[in-house]
Amino acid sequence: MSAVLDLAPSTEEGVATALRNAAAPLAVEGSGTTLGMLRPVQASRTLSTRNLTGITLYRPQEMVLSARAGTTLPEIEAALGEHNQILVPEPPDLRALLGTEGAPPPTIGGLVAANLSGPRRITGFALRDTVLGIRFVNGAGEVLRSGGRVHKNVTGLDLCKLLAGSHGTLGVITEVTLKLGPAAPRTATLAVPVEDEAAGIAALSAGLTSPYGVTGAAMLPAGTAAAGLSGPVALLRLEDLEASVNYRMARLQGALPGGRVLEGDESRALWRAIRDAAPLSPGEAEAVWRLSLRPSAAPAAVRALRGAIGARLLLDWGGGLIWAVGPATEAAHEAVVGAARAAGGTFTLFRAPDPLRAAVAVIPPEPPALAAIAARVKAALDPTGRLNPGRMRPGA
Amino acid sequence: MIALPLPKPEVLGRRNEILAGLRALVPGDGVITEPLRLRPYETDGLSAYRQMPLAVVLPTSTEQVAAVLRFCRDNGVRVVPRGAGTSLSGGALPLADAVVVGMMRMNRILEVSFEDRLAVVEAGVTNLGITKAVEGQGFFYAPDPSSQLACMIGGNVMMNSGGAHCLKYGVTANNLLGVKIVTVDGEVLEIGGAHLDAAGYDWLGIITGSEGQLGIVTEVTVRILRAAEGQRAMLAAFRSTEVAGAAVDAIMASGVIPVALEFMDRPCIHACEAFAHAGYPLDAEAMLIIEVEGSAEEQDALLESIRGICARFDPISMRVATSAEESTAIWKGRKGAFGAVGRISPDYLCMDGTIPTGELPHVLRRIGEMSEEYGLGVANVFHAGDGNLHPLIMFDANDPESFRRAEAFGADILRLCVEVGGCLTGEHGVGVEKRDLMPVQFTAPELAQQRRVKSAFDPDWLLNPAKVFPLEGNGALTVAAE
Repeated sequence: MSAVLDLAPSTEEGVATALRNAAAPLAVEGSGTTLGMLRPVQASRTLSTRNLTGITLYRPQEMVLSARAGTTLPEIEAALGEHNQILVPEPPDLRALLGTEGAPPPTIGGLVAANLSGPRRITGFALRDTVLGIRFVNGAGEVLRSGGRVHKNVTGLDLCKLLAGSHGTLGVITEVTLKLGPAAPRTATLAVPVEDEAAGIAALSAGLTSPYGVTGAAMLPAGTAAAGLSGPVALLRLEDLEASVNYRMARLQGALPGGRVLEGDESRALWRAIRDAAPLSPGEAEAVWRLSLRPSAAPAAVRALRGAIGARLLLDWGGGLIWAVGPATEAAHEAVVGAARAAGGTFTLFRAPDPLRAAVAVIPPEPPALAAIAARVKAALDPTGRLNPGRMRPGA
Repeated sequence: MIALPLPKPEVLGRRNEILAGLRALVPGDGVITEPLRLRPYETDGLSAYRQMPLAVVLPTSTEQVAAVLRFCRDNGVRVVPRGAGTSLSGGALPLADAVVVGMMRMNRILEVSFEDRLAVVEAGVTNLGITKAVEGQGFFYAPDPSSQLACMIGGNVMMNSGGAHCLKYGVTANNLLGVKIVTVDGEVLEIGGAHLDAAGYDWLGIITGSEGQLGIVTEVTVRILRAAEGQRAMLAAFRSTEVAGAAVDAIMASGVIPVALEFMDRPCIHACEAFAHAGYPLDAEAMLIIEVEGSAEEQDALLESIRGICARFDPISMRVATSAEESTAIWKGRKGAFGAVGRISPDYLCMDGTIPTGELPHVLRRIGEMSEEYGLGVANVFHAGDGNLHPLIMFDANDPESFRRAEAFGADILRLCVEVGGCLTGEHGVGVEKRDLMPVQFTAPELAQQRRVKSAFDPDWLLNPAKVFPLEGNGALTVAAE
């Protein structure tokens, strides 16, 4: 990719014009944080939304914020912090994990396009679930909207959902409107040392099946460390009013004895590290996968991943999310795919050197009937195939 | 009056042959063709619109649904999916040349896993049926539409249903993990599953709320949640709707999200009180019902905090429940609101627009003015925390002029919702009712884009046609519904 040919319009109309005038496919990106994710794009020019910046609407009492796609996560978090509000799914900053430390912080458009959610996903809200509205430009260069700025909206087909997680292959997101949540006055984490993953997931399940409103349930396996804690340790987070957290933490400790409580900033630093998968620090020659599966299947998957590729791991979402780091080889990839399949779950190759991610299926293949629908949906939004060709699957 | 596509003569002409084909696929009494037995299917919860279908099919398995859809596709027969028929937007209104596929016989609970906090159920299981299956262990299924006793999870998925408790727990879309869906070609697709956030396009997201436009859902995997230790309600009555609206804003801005925050205006308070004798304040212009949850101590603390906020708005009265029984009494009137309005008016249209909550006072004032202009009563009850209005427009169905005015009044309310930054429907769906208002909210290119996505799933537009999208531009010949 040549910088000379890089397009970075500062207006939505500029994005539309760029797409209408594009004679060849474009690689779509925000700040480039997740460029190493999925497959290398087959395009020689890039179209970035990084110059579409600024918060365009913020109504704290309505818990709604709109921002242009290129607005960065720290900018949004700072604005929300002034009103004690948060992005409930706590979208991650994966620069360290993806080896893009040199890039600017992730943009909200990029995060939505990748549908990246952090630990609080366990409470029921993925980033895409909090997208109330979206403005985007389709492959034909038409400026379109879906959704709006109200919390409930079932008017017509929800194209917000299709765009979220489509990695720029169906449209270029120019602005998003997000549902917000209140920041809890108090956060604390119960860290319970455990024997192994099976015991850890059982502890997380005990927390999640309690009536105490756990908002984070992760595990550092043996050999990993974060915020002064060393695995294997199960971590349960409470966030609420002062009195509620006190009451609930006492009961959680009663149910899961022997743990230690991390307070305030210590708790926040821990969950930021888990959010960003920071304990994993993969090397240049390593690959990173993310498996999504039912928590009860996780212990067997962990054993399989360790046995087959000696993976370094991090568990979140009550055990339903496994980050795995291992050798960047096709054999290792096949082993991960096999472990995901055996668990009845799914996988994503998050990071690998270009040759590997160009050679393998980076997400599970779709059955033929769904692949046919996918091709028609792609054509419905991007009729000439200009947007991020090859990003998710070969030729699509 | 709403228009429907002209029936296909070739389908009506081959009626007997088509019915015989369906009977071969769904044996026993699973195919209904006699007019008397078809009659219950001629309308859904929006009973102002009626149309007898060609036939009703009641499959008992995903395989039968697939066979029926394949057969209908091969024969060019339109298909209208139906759950319990509780749609208030005419989403399950039949067409004269269509086969209604009713899901009520697929009502098995296939798996419950407390460890994984999920349940796998067939599409015809009722919303409350899921909670009933797991409440013994202290769990529940969160979205709770008013019709939860009757409505089916498959229909909830199709309409992305909400309910009073969605303020905290989200709508159907936020509580789904997967679906099994049959395409118009009779292909069975497994979307999502017993895990969060699959990679690839978010098929689950686009299917949820698609109102039967993309396929028929036969199985659903839902998240189940552990219930809080308890919950309790309070009510607060105010001198004006503006003041009550301001109190809602203040509660939401305080950082405490109640589990439910319901708003009733004066006509609604009076109708509900006459019906339920819940002890509602009849001198109030507006009333809030606020529910919190947690341990007894937490409930006390939360209710005290909300009481303090409400006290700043010069309330006429406040009543904090001190027991579960008192909470039930506070909710009793609200839960019976639709029935209560049904007692004071021969008929009513229940509207379903959503607005930014800051626009509440303005919108309620305009609805009041329009009520006088149209000469029709209106009672307002809604989910205030998320701005989802349910104005109940009272009219007399035996007077066609009254119905015409009610429809026009309703359309004006929805236009107003869009004008202030809201939308045409918050939880009931577009169906046939709001179809022709879609251009109020969307531009022509936006509607065309949605139609192209629909076509990607259903190229011949056989699935629930004449719903959601305006007929103009479809080239369909139209005929008025009965």
